Amino acid sequence: MYAALWRILPGPTAVKALIAVALFVGVVLILFLVVFPEVEPLLPFDQITLEPEQTAGTVGGESGVGEP
Amino acid sequence: MRRSVMSQSARVAGTVVRSGAELLVTGGVVVLLFAVYLVVWSDVQTAAAQVDLRDDFESQVEAAASTPSSNVPAEPAKVAPPRGSGIAVMRIPRLGDDWSWVVVEGVSDEQLARGPGHFPETAQPGQVGNFGVAGHRATHGEPFAHIDRVRKGDTVVVEAVGDTYTYVVDRTEIVAPTAVDILLPVPGKPAARARKARLTIVTCHPRWGSSERLIVHGHLVETRSGSEA
Repeated sequence: MYAALWRILPGPTAVKALIAVALFVGVVLILFLVVFPEVEPLLPFDQITLEPEQTAGTVGGESGVGEP
Repeated sequence: MRRSVMSQSARVAGTVVRSGAELLVTGGVVVLLFAVYLVVWSDVQTAAAQVDLRDDFESQVEAAASTPSSNVPAEPAKVAPPRGSGIAVMRIPRLGDDWSWVVVEGVSDEQLARGPGHFPETAQPGQVGNFGVAGHRATHGEPFAHIDRVRKGDTVVVEAVGDTYTYVVDRTEIVAPTAVDILLPVPGKPAARARKARLTIVTCHPRWGSSERLIVHGHLVETRSGSEA
């Protein structure tokens, strides 16, 4: 997988390494800015408010809280 | 010589095994990065958001202070502050002298990521009723990480625009996540009419879980005009 990627990258070794690092940083940025914020609400750390029993949907959120 | 006699199926198997191993290592790296995101990055972002909120709150305090007193209504405005704005600074001496958090209006995930959030349906700081605040106990700066150390009689100081309110803790309890009635003006009594100004802090319990909620109940004991900064 990575061996194939390395073969696809153009230029001499130094350029290949530079592009590889840039690709890695890009992937990390996408993870931190897009993927992780999307996944985070699935973990329990965000569930800190109260919700009425009948609405199984939103945790806390804009409505419902305090109005059982 | 040996390489040439190596069967094609063996080569294919080698490629499959190597690709599988690379995928597993990649997955491991992603999980580690997610842990860094949760434990480090979310704290960094919340700290930055708190700086903005503090600026927002302090500019509100300055604006209120510079307004000629004749224009200020006798009662603090009852209009709800906009969601996402900094409405008060909370201090809990038990959690350390440097424990100071700007409370944000609203309890959506986005608002709670910036600091402890005020349940918009509940009373404003110092008002008769129940000033309800929720906050993270893990990740996002974890304001209430050690709220379990708070004991009866401890103070919670809430500096709002114009006035500083001191609440004293009555009790703490652990409730189910569905126990919304603790946020009523009189907790647990839907029909009762509030005569006291109360404070209710909500966070998750256990600290890294969400199966229950840790609640701190308090009531207002002192109101001072002005902010102590």
